[in-house]
Amino acid sequence: MLSQVVVVGASAAGLTAAEALRREGFAGELTVIGDEVHPPYDRPPLSKQILRGGWEPDRIVLRTADLLADLKASWLLGTPAAGLDPVGRKVVLADGREIGYDGLVIATGATPRRLPFGHDVAGVHLLRTLDDTLALRDGLRSAGSVAIVGAGFLGAEVAAVAREARLEVTMIDPLPAPMIRQFGAELAGLLAQLHQSRGVNLRCGVGVTALTGDDGRVTGVDLSDGSHVTADLVLVAIGAIPATTWLAGSGLSLGDGVECDQYCVAAPGIVAAGDVASWHHPGIGRRRLEHRMNATEQATIAAKNLLGAQLPFAPVSYFWTDQYDVKLQVYGRSGDDLDFRIVAGTPTEDRFAALYGNGHHVTGALTWNLPRQARLLRTHVANQTPWQEALASIPTGELEVGR
Amino acid sequence: MKVVLDQDRCIGSGQCVLSSPEVFDQRDDDGIAVLLAEQPPADAEEGAREAARICPALAITVAE
Repeated sequence: MLSQVVVVGASAAGLTAAEALRREGFAGELTVIGDEVHPPYDRPPLSKQILRGGWEPDRIVLRTADLLADLKASWLLGTPAAGLDPVGRKVVLADGREIGYDGLVIATGATPRRLPFGHDVAGVHLLRTLDDTLALRDGLRSAGSVAIVGAGFLGAEVAAVAREARLEVTMIDPLPAPMIRQFGAELAGLLAQLHQSRGVNLRCGVGVTALTGDDGRVTGVDLSDGSHVTADLVLVAIGAIPATTWLAGSGLSLGDGVECDQYCVAAPGIVAAGDVASWHHPGIGRRRLEHRMNATEQATIAAKNLLGAQLPFAPVSYFWTDQYDVKLQVYGRSGDDLDFRIVAGTPTEDRFAALYGNGHHVTGALTWNLPRQARLLRTHVANQTPWQEALASIPTGELEVGR
Repeated sequence: MKVVLDQDRCIGSGQCVLSSPEVFDQRDDDGIAVLLAEQPPADAEEGAREAARICPALAITVAE
C-alpha cells in the first residue's frame, strides 16, 4: 500500500490523477506540485474563447475551491520541480526543498518550442499558459498586423481569432499547408483555402530566418525566400517539447517524453500521463499525445496502475479544433502517411465526414462540421474495420448528412 | 442525483453519449449535447458520473 504520493504537474493530467487516486481509495498523503501559480485550469479555451475575449479566466478553472479542498492534498503551486532522485524516492523543488514519495505521477506537460533567435524583443509571444494568453490578448488589442510562425493547431486557431478581430494576419510554415502532418495533404489543402478565404496571408513552404526589431520592439519577420513580412506582433507557435528537463540525470528513459510501458509505468512506483508521457500503445506502438482528452484518460489509467491495477492504456484518441465557424473532430489516427477518403458530404457543402486508413483497416475518422457523425464513425476506428468494408458500408444510410 | 449540462461549453465531442447513452444525446445539426434525463435512474448514475469526468469541455456537472 502506498502512503505518500506526489503528483508533479497541476494541470488537467495532474489534477485528474490526484482525483483518480482518491476515488480508487488512496488514503495517504497526497502532494500536487505545479510550476504555475494558478490552480488547475483548462487549456483548450486559451487559444479560442479566452483569447477572443468572450470568456474571462474564472470560466476555465478546472475545479471549484471546495472540490479542490475535498481532495485533501497539499498544493505546492508556483514551485517548479527541479530534480528527481528515484533511488531515494524524492522530488527536488527549484527552491531546494525535497518531497519524499513512495508513488510518483509525472504530469509536467510540455513547453512551447522557441525559435533560436528573436525572443528577446517586445511583441514576440508564445502561447501555453493563461498568463501567456492574457499577454497575447492585450497585444492583439493594440496590434495592427500579426505574423504567426507555425500553422499547427495553435497557429491556425490564433489566426482565426485574429482575423475575426480584423487584424492583418500572416501565417508562416515551412510545410506546404496548414496542419498537414496531423491531417494529410487533402484536408490541409482545405484548411489552406479556409484561411485564405477569410483573409489570412498564408505563406507556406518558407521558413523564418530572423525576427526584425526596432528599439526593442518587433517589426516583422524575415523569410527564407528573401521576403519580409511586416508585423507589430509575432506569435511563435512551432510546437511543444515534453517538459522533462527536470528529469535529466534521474535515470528515467527520456526520448520524446518520459518513456513508459503500456501501463504508463516509467519505473517502479513511477507513472506518467498527459503531454509529457510517451507510452507503448498496445497494437499501435510508441505514442505521445498532446490532446486534452488524452490528459484525462491517461491520468485515470496511470493512477489506477500506480495503485496496483494492470490496465493497458489503449485509447481511441480524440481531439478537436475550432477555426472560424469550422469544427473539426478526429477519432483515432489521422495523418500524412495514411489513406484519406471523404465518405459523406462534400467540402463545398462545408460539412463532411472522412476516414483515414493504413491500407488494411480504418485508423481514424474526421468530421468537418458534422460532430455527431464523428461519434458514429468512431465504431470503425475502435473495431479497426477493414478499409473496403467500411467504405462499402457507409453510403447505405448509416451516415446521413442533412441540414 | 441531478445532472447539469452547460451547452455553451459543449464542443460536441459526444463522449457523454458514449459513456451514458441513457442520459445524453447529441443534436443532429451541430452535435451539441442534450440532456435526456436530468435525474437519471439509479442504474444510469455511474455512467453520468463518468460522463462528467471525461467531458473534455467540462460541460457536465453532477450534484449528488
